[in-house]
Amino acid sequence: MSASASPITENTNYRPKAVDSPWRTAWRRFSRNRLAVIGSILLVLMFIICFIGPFLSPYSLLDYNLKFKNLPPNSSYWLGTDYLGRDILLRMMLAGRISLLVGLVATVISVIIGSSLGAFAGFYGKKVDTFIMRLADIFMALPSLPILIIMGVVLSDLQIDPKQRIYYLMVIIGVLNWTTIARLVRGQMLTLREQEFMQATDALGLRDRRKIFKHLLPNTIPVIIVTATLSVAGAILSESALSFLGVGVIPPQPSWGNMISAANNLIDFSKRPWLWIPPGMCILITTVAINLIGDGLRDAMDPKMKK
Amino acid sequence: MAKDLVEFRNLETHFQTPAGIVKAVNNVSFKIREGETLCVVGESGCGKSVTAMSLMGLIESPPGKIVGGEILFEDRDLLKMSKRELSLIRGKDIAMIFQEPMSSLNPVLTIGEQISEPLILHMLMDRKSAKKRAIELINLVGIPRAEKIFDSYPHELSGGMRQRIMIAIALSCDPKLLIADEPTTALDVTIQAQILDLMRDIKKQLKTSIMLITHDLGVVAEMADYVVVMYAGKVIEEAPVLELFKNPQHPYTKGLLKAKPIINQVQERLYSIPGQVPNPIELGNNCHFHDRCEFCMDICKVKAPPFKAHENQEHKSACWLYEEEREVL
Repeated sequence: MSASASPITENTNYRPKAVDSPWRTAWRRFSRNRLAVIGSILLVLMFIICFIGPFLSPYSLLDYNLKFKNLPPNSSYWLGTDYLGRDILLRMMLAGRISLLVGLVATVISVIIGSSLGAFAGFYGKKVDTFIMRLADIFMALPSLPILIIMGVVLSDLQIDPKQRIYYLMVIIGVLNWTTIARLVRGQMLTLREQEFMQATDALGLRDRRKIFKHLLPNTIPVIIVTATLSVAGAILSESALSFLGVGVIPPQPSWGNMISAANNLIDFSKRPWLWIPPGMCILITTVAINLIGDGLRDAMDPKMKK
Repeated sequence: MAKDLVEFRNLETHFQTPAGIVKAVNNVSFKIREGETLCVVGESGCGKSVTAMSLMGLIESPPGKIVGGEILFEDRDLLKMSKRELSLIRGKDIAMIFQEPMSSLNPVLTIGEQISEPLILHMLMDRKSAKKRAIELINLVGIPRAEKIFDSYPHELSGGMRQRIMIAIALSCDPKLLIADEPTTALDVTIQAQILDLMRDIKKQLKTSIMLITHDLGVVAEMADYVVVMYAGKVIEEAPVLELFKNPQHPYTKGLLKAKPIINQVQERLYSIPGQVPNPIELGNNCHFHDRCEFCMDICKVKAPPFKAHENQEHKSACWLYEEEREVL
């Protein structure tokens, strides 16, 4: 018996695989998560409908026609009309613009405030930490809805132009939401700052600001992204709740929340469901989609989940 | 004789612990000359790293504190400098290579970003020339495909490559002093040899002084010009490398040299110094080595020996064996 060994030849088919950056790995894991992909598709659709849809509509925001008021869905008004004869579909799309925008901008604001305050607290520790975290505790202890309502009423009292009002709302919702992110970032910072590579940056003579923003915060990005995604949904819900109560976005500016407030009226609620079901569905779909994306991101970015 | 670059004068670094004060570095004085490799040898916990950390100003306080002494770098006391002045020196004139290459690089930044950083900060280069220089540095430390490595992340490199990258970062601003804190401990033997060769080449090419911290006498023999032996926070012997290996004075140094394996000689068991390093808390004023020393005398237990030269002016040690005063007691 003779065993013949083939000589080792260089494998010419082998091409070194392109190395994956952390982002690409995360993307690959994310795209394998079916629910997360469904969530993203829904959200993208929602954006397309809200931002491009109105251009295709034959009506405009301020059109009203009392002749056609309270019509159920039909061929010219696909989702029916409201008590002033305005097209529900158009209003729903325009409302979506505002709601999505409020969600995004408010989140950006809370991420900026939360991550920088959290980073400072975790990095400097001691008094800075105590001060910032106690401040966060205070913010967390305050129930957010009553505060939002009070702020909304204050805005109404100051007689702010309805168009500008949404910007103030974004800021208010954003500022009230910074605590969750600040806490998470602080916790991450506490562990990261003890790592050896931070000693190495010390040895390189880097300044604190650079250490925090260039070396430490990028390490916390997975956490920030996940929390931020989930808080977009929260911000949309807050805005809707406020508008529903009449202290958020106020007519004639439409928002999903103030459209649903039609359901306040018993006749509209029982006899004309086309008034409040479409915006309600929009809120539901958007928040569920965002939450699915958030969950998917969490799984994709968790370094402990290696697949 | 080359100029002195760094001089430690009676450095005292203490750590507060619940059990008492640990004098991690206790009255340490030595010099590093320009273009010279100085090795600090000693077993774990003898204060080697703490000495280097004190030099870099990296002692965490609390619990650590530099309570006395001076560290002169080019005749300026590093301990009296403001944080700002210090950060201008750190990374530029004094650079450090750490023990653990695996965790000393930031996992979320590319190698390129991390090498360019000190260049942009200290040499005030723009991004483009920093990139060019970074690629040169990667080539200098002997990694092929420098352009590709520039864009990779630390987790894509092996331990040896990461240590080379750490060396590249340390060398980026042409430091006058390179501190290497056990740079080869975490690497396997073949890579160790490569890294040491690399450091030796660099010293030759760039005339950098190196302060090498190690507990491997093989490394010392290979690299050092001058050796400082530390024990329990004190310098107990210092000498040029050949002198030290030929003619060790302190019993501890003798023990260390005896404890290394000899090639081509069958040894059942390596020699080991009996006993253990003393508990560093509240050590008395005596020779800390006395309870492990085979030549221990009465005076060793009650009085610390002076640290001074005996026959050769360059060779200093702290041991009563060479003092005349021992007869007095």
